[in-house]
Amino acid sequence: MNGSPDAPRPLDITASAGVVQARQLARALAQECRFSLVEQTKLITAASELARNTLIHGGGGTMTARLVEERGRRGVRLVFSDDGPGITDVELALTDGWTSGGGMGLGLSGSRRLVDDFVLDTTPGRGTAVTVTKWAR
Amino acid sequence: MSERVPVLQIGQVLLVSIQIDLDDQSVLALQDDLAAKVVESGAHGVVIDITALDIVDSFVGRMLATVASLSRLLDAQTVVVGMRPAVAITLVELGLSLGGVRTALTLEKGLQVLERAHVSSLGASGPAGAIPDTAAGR
Repeated sequence: MNGSPDAPRPLDITASAGVVQARQLARALAQECRFSLVEQTKLITAASELARNTLIHGGGGTMTARLVEERGRRGVRLVFSDDGPGITDVELALTDGWTSGGGMGLGLSGSRRLVDDFVLDTTPGRGTAVTVTKWAR
Repeated sequence: MSERVPVLQIGQVLLVSIQIDLDDQSVLALQDDLAAKVVESGAHGVVIDITALDIVDSFVGRMLATVASLSRLLDAQTVVVGMRPAVAITLVELGLSLGGVRTALTLEKGLQVLERAHVSSLGASGPAGAIPDTAAGR
């Protein structure tokens, strides 16, 4: 454990092994941040859903993970970005059960409920970036 | 690199204990292995032990639901045992309630559920085999 607490740690998600690694990295940061067991479980689960989205819908991309500190709070921030087709109907993509990829349609909508902050930035034809933050209680 | 999860047979029951963080391919391979093994062995029950899993995401959740449905079609019951409380909380919040999946808190209770279901299906000549629905929540 060296370097400053906010040093970002990038990870390529280009195969399903990348989804496993995204979970491992999220787990390591959640533990570093001393999340409770439930908070840890929620963050790792959200990371897994979003990493799979990046792989399947974005055609691969990256997760950048970092510890953040704001107004005396500590947390973990994960940014998932891809250069894929983007999302044309954001409202629809955030609806429970709606899917374009043959999954259960819970990736975006479900992971949004598991984190504290959720920002979706997407441009059709250009790609998608999802930034999620979970704060230690 | 995909990992293969061993499927063990004890009498009429197949037992799978997931001990490592599986990638998606391995999860699908397990689903296919289980379907094949149910038919091959003629087992009446499947126990999937997830005690070691610290998360269950929608992909693994869907596998559990699929195994439960397909084993039913192949004349076997599936029980998922050992779910951690934090995993249950997260699954519900994620939006997956796994309604069609029987659960038991421990392996021992899971085996009892299968035994009761099997006995009542054998005695279905009597007052048409109502399977005791004691699996969930015990």
